[in-house]
Amino acid sequence: MSTLAWSNFRQGIGYQGLLLGGTVALAATLLVVADRATREPIAQRQAEDMNASLEQVIPSALHENDLLANTLTLNDASGTPTLVYRALAEGQVTAVAFQVTGNGYAGEIAVILGVAADGKVLGARVLSHKETPGLGDKIEIAKDDWILAFDGLSLGNPPAERWGVKKDGGDFDQFSGATITPRGVVRALKGGLEFFAAHRDEFIAPPALQTSGTPLTTDN
Amino acid sequence: MTTATDKKAGIQWGRITRDGLWSNNVVLSQSLALCPTLAVTGTATNGLGMGLATTAVLLVSNVLISLIRDLVTPEVRIPVYIVVIATLVTLVDLGLNAYAHELHKVLGLFIALIVVNCAILGRAEAFASKNPVSSAALDGLMMGLGFTAILVVLGGVREIVGSGTLFAGASLLLGQAMSFLELTLIPDYRGFLLAILPPGGFLALGFLLAGKRVIDARAAEAKRRESLALKTA
Repeated sequence: MSTLAWSNFRQGIGYQGLLLGGTVALAATLLVVADRATREPIAQRQAEDMNASLEQVIPSALHENDLLANTLTLNDASGTPTLVYRALAEGQVTAVAFQVTGNGYAGEIAVILGVAADGKVLGARVLSHKETPGLGDKIEIAKDDWILAFDGLSLGNPPAERWGVKKDGGDFDQFSGATITPRGVVRALKGGLEFFAAHRDEFIAPPALQTSGTPLTTDN
Repeated sequence: MTTATDKKAGIQWGRITRDGLWSNNVVLSQSLALCPTLAVTGTATNGLGMGLATTAVLLVSNVLISLIRDLVTPEVRIPVYIVVIATLVTLVDLGLNAYAHELHKVLGLFIALIVVNCAILGRAEAFASKNPVSSAALDGLMMGLGFTAILVVLGGVREIVGSGTLFAGASLLLGQAMSFLELTLIPDYRGFLLAILPPGGFLALGFLLAGKRVIDARAAEAKRRESLALKTA
């Protein structure tokens, strides 16, 4: 008798609703717990990753501070806010690093660009891209040293009209079979340097103005 | 337990193992999970990583689905299974990101893809929801390993033809101790891009599918001859 009642109850809409609701509630609880438990370690891992990328574009000799701890946000030419990491030595901004985005063959190419206070490129590294393996991925430092060609260059060197790939009359090599990818990177870097030049004063304003006390301990 | 049921269970477990690894293989026989199969097998290492992550999810999801099989009614089973699988995959994703970050950097893109791997829902629906926990666990493990084997073979073939290496980047996935796996089979190879791009995946998979057909047909033919010989003798 009770099995019959149970089987009747199981057929009803109430049971179905309870079952679905219960499952979802349980899943949601688990996910909330897991999210809270892993949020901090994940943020830490991502900070380590970012730091590792930043160390590649800003030589450690140029800064005494934790690059992740001293940042400011500036709006670039298109109005999008850009997070700028600043390298400090003796209270002065010696270099900055920020992310620029180029349009590649298969989507956006994210590049981290390090610029010295005098406007020279310290280094650039591709953070992520969706370019064709074997053709466009030579922009990665792991695959090719093409990206090193930008080190030491600035907006005037080479002159603005030569900031392009050779096919466009510029100074930079394209890859055989892939022109769009390096063109996207070159344009992104040029845009980044122009952004820096336009806002140079804001980029290198001494951080001491923002916080009282010693500028080197601005871990806000 | 009597020896008869032991023997029966043994036969059943053998059948589950054979089904998962070969005769009912996820890719070769069920033609499921083709999207991840084609998408991630540019290298053998990627195939291995995706295969192992999928195996882990498949094993746990089969166990969970089997545990709740008497509670779940047929009318709402699909949403319940999907919620269970999606939760599981998200937990794996968060856990790997937090505690095995290097591995997550290699596999991160693929892990979210496991949710839409129809093989997992397929096994929940076709096997785990009708069988006891122990069989469901074995089925999940064997189906997962069969899937992993195909991904590694497919990735290996495409990698050798496409870039002349095998297991490139294996140390990122398995740790520095396994770096001896990374082989350069063809030095100064200029690469054969087609094999690495999606069409190469379709071509290689086609050859694999055809290969299984040939092997199965030969085995069936041998069996037929054997039984014919027995009858005439």
